Amino acid sequence: MNLFNILFYSIALLIVVSTGLAVTRRNLVHAVIYLIMSFFGSAFVFYLFGAPFLAALMVIVYAGAIMILFLFIIMMLRVETPEEQLFPARQMWPAVAVAAGYLVVGALLAAHDPAAGAVLGPAQTEPAVFGAYVFRNTWLAVEVTSLLLLVALIGALFIGKRPTHESEE
Amino acid sequence: MEPVSLDVTVDMDLQIWIIGTIALVLKLGAVLLFLLLMAAYLVLVERKLLGRIQVRYGPNRAGKYGLLQPFADTIKMMTKEDIVPDAADRVIFLLAPAVVAITALLMFAVIPFGPDITVYGHRVPLVVTDINVGLLFVFALSSLGVYGAALGGWSSNSKYSLLGGIRGAAQMVSYELALGLSLIPVVMEAGSFSLVDIVNAQTQLPYILLEPVAFAIFFISALAEIKRIPFDLPEAENELGAGFHTEYSGMRFGLFFLGEYVHMQVLGGLIAVFFLGGWHGPLLPGPVWLAVKIVLVCLVMIWIRGTLPRLRYDQLMNFGWKVLIPAALLNVVVTGARLLW
Repeated sequence: MNLFNILFYSIALLIVVSTGLAVTRRNLVHAVIYLIMSFFGSAFVFYLFGAPFLAALMVIVYAGAIMILFLFIIMMLRVETPEEQLFPARQMWPAVAVAAGYLVVGALLAAHDPAAGAVLGPAQTEPAVFGAYVFRNTWLAVEVTSLLLLVALIGALFIGKRPTHESEE
Repeated sequence: MEPVSLDVTVDMDLQIWIIGTIALVLKLGAVLLFLLLMAAYLVLVERKLLGRIQVRYGPNRAGKYGLLQPFADTIKMMTKEDIVPDAADRVIFLLAPAVVAITALLMFAVIPFGPDITVYGHRVPLVVTDINVGLLFVFALSSLGVYGAALGGWSSNSKYSLLGGIRGAAQMVSYELALGLSLIPVVMEAGSFSLVDIVNAQTQLPYILLEPVAFAIFFISALAEIKRIPFDLPEAENELGAGFHTEYSGMRFGLFFLGEYVHMQVLGGLIAVFFLGGWHGPLLPGPVWLAVKIVLVCLVMIWIRGTLPRLRYDQLMNFGWKVLIPAALLNVVVTGARLLW
């Protein structure tokens, strides 16, 4: 057990625990903070794998931008925190069933796939090389993704605009 | 298990490791001392200059010319009662000021303050850490700093604080986009995210001459990012009390304050690194040049505070989304075209 293993397993524990806390908190702001901690853990794992570029993007995009929008909306709506600690059963059972399904499929894959135990080679590189690789070898996926984001943006604009038009009439 | 023999290579490695650690601790100490002392005296300079702009003296009781005022303020903050409101979310309320101060201090870690120097035959770079994604490191921390203001405002459980926190979150997220986009031309020119490389690329010509539009957008967004006039809506005194830090007292309020002034210096340092050639300059040594440039940028920020009125909220949002971001995007295209041509 060397230093990297110890770091990896403690970060993995942090991710699992904080994600678990994030989905079980009834106080939405606390849930958001635990989820931010979980994203931080993921960023640490990327850094540990020798990918500081992805680690930085993880913090900027997920922990920095997306979660602050969640927080913003929660603060705007002033959601009341319910008194009871546990979720009602009709919300909980579907979630537990889906999670159990994933667990079974994941365990089966890990047990039967011959590549599951393979050790991945280290792939440390400069941000510029990484960028060139992404835009040369996977340009189609990049373009499709950006098109999807554009469609989502226009859709959000359309939905956001509609009520003001009705109120003006 | 083989016994570890202290041969020459191990000895050398150990020596490099020890010197590296000592150099790191010294650099950290020097940077922290500089940032904290400067923050204390920036407050004094700001109060003095604002006083002069408004035709009054400013603080002049503690020591000669009020030079001991920062110490008097610190002692006052330290000895005041640390109040936590009953209805506050206790843990978040206590941690929020620390988030603001820590993110501001950490950002300075990637700012180079001089050329490499040689100590006993070992090269010591004059930067706390040079990572190849330094610019993204700064943005990651700056986007986390938003949580300090937003959560501080939310956890106080007061309407003024909540409004300040919401305004802060919206404003900082909006202007962060322009801030990031305005720097893409700089990265394109230098061909690197590393702040050391960006400074070295400006040996001949500072980027303010090559990229004046990027400089203007970055400076304006930086003012919004540290919530200073004309963008101080999150703490607008005359409508929100003190905004997101209304409920804070004593040293926790002091931490918000410290964070703001350290952030001011860090942004001064970033403007120096990205547009003013970093530590490059004739005659004086590198660290002095960087300090001069930081102070210069801070003085301009104070001057702007003493001159401009506060924007209205819709003006703030319109300006950010409809002027700064399109201008920054256009600037990226123009720079790209120029570099290709």
